[in-house]
Amino acid sequence: MTAKMKQNGHSTTRDRDISKDDSRCGDPLVIGTMELTSRLLLGTSGYPNMQVLLESIAASGTELITVAIRRINLADEQQEGFLSTIRSLPVNLLPNTAGCYTAREAVLVAELAREALETDLIKLEVIGDDETLMPDTEQLLKAASELIMSGFTVMAYANDDPITCRKLADMGCAAVMPLASPIGSGMGIVNPYNLQLIRDLIQDVPLLVDAGIGTASDAARAMELGYDGVLLNTAVSNAKHPVQMAAAMRHAVMGGRLAYRGGRIPQRFYAQASSPTEGRVGSAK
Amino acid sequence: MSESIVHINGKEMPLESSSRLEDILRAQGIDPSDARGIAVAVNERIVRKGDWSQREVQAGDAIEIVTARQGG
Repeated sequence: MTAKMKQNGHSTTRDRDISKDDSRCGDPLVIGTMELTSRLLLGTSGYPNMQVLLESIAASGTELITVAIRRINLADEQQEGFLSTIRSLPVNLLPNTAGCYTAREAVLVAELAREALETDLIKLEVIGDDETLMPDTEQLLKAASELIMSGFTVMAYANDDPITCRKLADMGCAAVMPLASPIGSGMGIVNPYNLQLIRDLIQDVPLLVDAGIGTASDAARAMELGYDGVLLNTAVSNAKHPVQMAAAMRHAVMGGRLAYRGGRIPQRFYAQASSPTEGRVGSAK
Repeated sequence: MSESIVHINGKEMPLESSSRLEDILRAQGIDPSDARGIAVAVNERIVRKGDWSQREVQAGDAIEIVTARQGG
């Protein structure tokens, strides 16, 4: 079996042994023109070293990894080797606008990313302050609108606010990505009610949970809520054993997706026997 | 003084006799014919690779040269 990934008209075909993962067949995540087999998106920041990053990417099974756009430093050979190394991997690159506080900054960074990486994909982040790193909704909506007009495939990092998410979806974002909790906090899903509302209200655009995931059960829960994917970084990069955690996230996302599609039972306040109640030993009838 | 200075990635640099962007990049160690993964903005406006050889840089311009880094 093969998984085809398309980006900017380029196709790469990669052979995958999915005999053990046949639950994935026929359930791709489609973002713009890109079709992904894995529903886990992984950030590349903060790993102990390059080797651990590469092993974590492999263990996660991800096909889409995020990168930041920063000033070049030709004196730092290790930094300069980063891009060529990750470009040799069978994954797509998703540049972000991390660190931008205004729509103007974010649009410029997105344009630089498109020029540098030859991709229309952009993870749009426009943050409001350093403490929460939460999105500035006014600037986010402005930047999203401008970037969509300029032909970008916008994946918007958003607050877990149904109205903002709906607006981002309606204006043409390729994916809307509400936070589970603040970036890097590892707090998990602090407002599952809002995330569920957002999913209920937005059926027509892929939704991903981005930021705040702390461990595998958080990722599984996001998928069980019906989210189309999970984007995480710190939960893996800062884990005691990042490669193991990357594998855990892979399984959690797959498990959560399967559970969602399998359809969970309703919750009941009282017990309901699973074994037959008739024919019990010593019963009167 | 100020008329002979440009800002490259936030640092003041003397503006050499040639003021074409391509030559400035070359002086920074970037080969314009092999600049995959690099993008450049002047005064917060992107300058596409195809325009590097034509673009004149003025004294006081702010040049940003960027690439991809680890990010989340």
